[in-house]
Amino acid sequence: MKRSVILNVNRIARTVEVEPRSLLVHVLRDDLNLTGTHIGCDTSQCGACTVLIDGQAVKSCTQLAVQVEGMDITTIEGLAPSGALHPMQNAFWEKHGLQCGFCTPGMIMTAVDFLGSNPDPTDDEIRHAIEGNYCRCTGYQNIVLAIRTAAEVMRAQSAAGQPTSEPAGESTQRSPLPAAEPAGAGV
Amino acid sequence: MTTLFGSGIKRREDPRLITGTATYTDDIKLPGLTYAAILRSPYAHARITRVDVSAARAAPGVIAVYTGADIKDKVAPVPCAWNVPNCDLKIPAHPLLAHDKVRYVGDGVALVIAETRAQARDAIDLMDVDYDVLEGNVDPEKMTRAGAPQLHDDVPNNLAFTWVVAGGDANKAFDGAEVTVKERIVQQRVIPTAMECRAAVASYNKAMGQLTLWVTSQNPHIHRFLCSVMLQIPEHKIRVISPEVGGGFGSKIPAYPDEALVSFAAMDLGRPVKWAEDRSENFKTTIHGRDHIEYVELCGTKDGQITGLRTTVYAGMGAYASTAGPGIPTILHGLIYPGPYTIPNVLGTIRGVYTAGAPIDAYRGAGRPEASYLLERLMDVYARKIGMDPFELRRKNFIAKDKFPYTTCTGLTYDSGDYNIAMDKALTMIDVPAFRQEQAEAKKQGRRLGLGMVSYIEICGLGPSQVAGAVGFGGGLYDSAIVRVYPTGVVRVYIGAKPHGQGEETTFAQIVADEFGYPVENIEVLSGDTDNTAQGWGTYGSRSTAVCGSAVKIAAQRVKEKAKKIAAHLMEANEADLEWNDGKYSVRGSPDQAKTFAEVALMANLAWNMPAGVEPGLEATAFFDPSNFVYPFGTHICTVEVDEATGLVTVLRYIAVDDCGPLINPMIVEGQVHGGIVQGLGEALWEIAVYDESGQLLTGSMMDYAIPKASQIPHLETAHTHTPSPVNPLGIKGVGEAGTISSAACLVNAVVDALSDYGITHIDKPLTPSRVWAAIQSARQHGNGSANGNGAAIGTNGAVKENGR
Repeated sequence: MKRSVILNVNRIARTVEVEPRSLLVHVLRDDLNLTGTHIGCDTSQCGACTVLIDGQAVKSCTQLAVQVEGMDITTIEGLAPSGALHPMQNAFWEKHGLQCGFCTPGMIMTAVDFLGSNPDPTDDEIRHAIEGNYCRCTGYQNIVLAIRTAAEVMRAQSAAGQPTSEPAGESTQRSPLPAAEPAGAGV
Repeated sequence: MTTLFGSGIKRREDPRLITGTATYTDDIKLPGLTYAAILRSPYAHARITRVDVSAARAAPGVIAVYTGADIKDKVAPVPCAWNVPNCDLKIPAHPLLAHDKVRYVGDGVALVIAETRAQARDAIDLMDVDYDVLEGNVDPEKMTRAGAPQLHDDVPNNLAFTWVVAGGDANKAFDGAEVTVKERIVQQRVIPTAMECRAAVASYNKAMGQLTLWVTSQNPHIHRFLCSVMLQIPEHKIRVISPEVGGGFGSKIPAYPDEALVSFAAMDLGRPVKWAEDRSENFKTTIHGRDHIEYVELCGTKDGQITGLRTTVYAGMGAYASTAGPGIPTILHGLIYPGPYTIPNVLGTIRGVYTAGAPIDAYRGAGRPEASYLLERLMDVYARKIGMDPFELRRKNFIAKDKFPYTTCTGLTYDSGDYNIAMDKALTMIDVPAFRQEQAEAKKQGRRLGLGMVSYIEICGLGPSQVAGAVGFGGGLYDSAIVRVYPTGVVRVYIGAKPHGQGEETTFAQIVADEFGYPVENIEVLSGDTDNTAQGWGTYGSRSTAVCGSAVKIAAQRVKEKAKKIAAHLMEANEADLEWNDGKYSVRGSPDQAKTFAEVALMANLAWNMPAGVEPGLEATAFFDPSNFVYPFGTHICTVEVDEATGLVTVLRYIAVDDCGPLINPMIVEGQVHGGIVQGLGEALWEIAVYDESGQLLTGSMMDYAIPKASQIPHLETAHTHTPSPVNPLGIKGVGEAGTISSAACLVNAVVDALSDYGITHIDKPLTPSRVWAAIQSARQHGNGSANGNGAAIGTNGAVKENGR
């Protein structure tokens, strides 16, 4: 029943035995112990399980694990590989963009992808961009502020020629992160 | 030394939350872990005639299956912990698994334990249950009528209780009143919808008879006690750990059958068991809130002096009496009826009714938003009827600031207040006359604008334990803190409250840091584990900072008193000659002679040279029991545009001035206000738990139950006034529920204002486009007359899906 798939997660290729019906979110949490990706609903509304797949924000409850073999998956645990915080994480902390923290990883992943395509958004654009991510604690106001703040920081870093976490839009590979190591290099 | 009290420092809990390294209950894995799933009733009301679980028992990976009949003699029912006195409250048995009848969609019928989550869920589908389906209904008014389905054999007419609040002589006030207004108001069932669903992991050491239960709990000590009742094992053999909790809003206060079921299975099987509900299970079985049908009236004079309030309320309890269920529409609702006003006569008759829906319990504000809503709606209806400005009507009836402490006719004593200053401040944030002009101009162009306002107070900082006992609450309402100073001087604080988003790891550290003259980094605040915290009563009712924060301050002060004794001894000085400056004890007049707090901590922990009669170590425990509740207050104003063609309501501005006393961390307070307002706006505009006539939940998923999205909410404008409370050493009043208590009424008042010249006096929330449009159509058909004899009050209470988006 189970089949073996290789998932490139946070730049490491991981071989896992999964049922064909297994959702990516369950494999991330239960098989790879990446529990920073949360489950908040069962109808793909809430966005708590959002991860980056080839740089694009995707609700990981909408993907079967077998569908994403070979793609680059980034979870909240892999967002800041150097150990320093990603500007988006920093902005959520600075601006009190979280309370219970349950929606936060998904919200951050959505916001990172969004700024990749719109590095200088209006508040209104931010509010629409995170429509698919629910937060019950904050009333969204400080989340919007955090994303706007992160955008400012990332634009400044970009202008200064620093390696920001998100390259400007055109490249087909939108991932802010280096490509995964070859299959088999990981666990 | 600058103080941290009042400083909006970044939250100390955030690093783990923004990096995905926090541990929520469902993240926990244990060696040999098994997984539970629960078969739930698809019917609202039915007799169970046959349960066949043989195929499930034989399914791959299945370890055990338990039915209601299997466990009913081995566990006790779910207790209700609020035995409201002075009424005929009936609390029917709530079995962990139904064995004769199911009483709501989602009632547990069988429990399966399997090697994997998927195998447990698969086995559920193999169970075969025959039901003799009975009539079910979730309408609390209809369920009291003759011929209504009878849910519990021992509760005639489904009437859980009739509870009366009376102060003054309301009937006399109404008999002679110059002006009377009345409405029928429905405060719909809503679903708390914390982003993290409930979960539990149980592990049992059979040799020691020791159960460890990780559970999504706002109050682990309460869960320990209630689980000991359900499982019939002593409290000291249960360790409850509430790890990271992803929001609660009241829904993680109650004891549920589910955590007891996994505990029972772990004890029976000798293997750890995990259960995590999915969202549809959460919507069906986790408590709901509100659910009132109210007949309410207000009377007074032509010039706006309010003299009486009368209510008859049908309050849904759901299928069973949940942990705090009976106390919500009574103690936490009726007693606060006068609000911030000098209303001398109140008569409220509250009928608690069992209905075939999910149990109703505390949801953000719990009873107080319902009270504020009905009062503030009536105040607007009254103002319009006598042609008075709604702000002026409130001002005329405010309790004057020199009247505090103020005892209401319902017997509450308000601690402190200055209601005019909050209104004054709110009125500096919006130019009301300019808006009225804009409103008139807009109307000429066929656009309808409206302005709504509310003034509110709430009962918070629950509360003195003596009062808790007097009102039948089965627990204390003090809280606790242990402040422990390590040899190197760093500090850990163990608290009885259980923050789950409110940021007390930061605010409580700020309190201690100020006491010790320390940077906040030296202090860690820990909560949630009944094995290392002193007895506490949890986080709800905007109580943690007022009550537990005070315990933290007192414990820190005790530590400091001891430190001072030791410092004096070490410096061979008189204790009375010591001064505390810049985090140091120094001898007055000779500033060179000084000991830092850390130096004293080291010597206290080494105990090489202690003063006579002083014990080694440096720690203190404090239990703080306040002398009264605290009563925060404020004024909120919002403006809206109503699209007459579609009924769509757009919120233009939302202004909130709240007075919760001094602010420890203004950034965190703002966050609480924002979240509270938006939850109230959700209730006002979109949220409703819709059951059909047979008791089937139609809004059973996030596709159907509409919580607010970022794009639907305006930028909120907030400010504060600061009136300290005399009932705790911090002067704190509590702020977690304030936004929710005020914003629903504020929004509805604005929409009714926009439509008032149609003669519309009330529209029941949520103000979905369909409801608003229907109200306009009905008013047009009836002219300015009335749909109900008192203007066109429109509400639908039926089984329609209408989330408006």
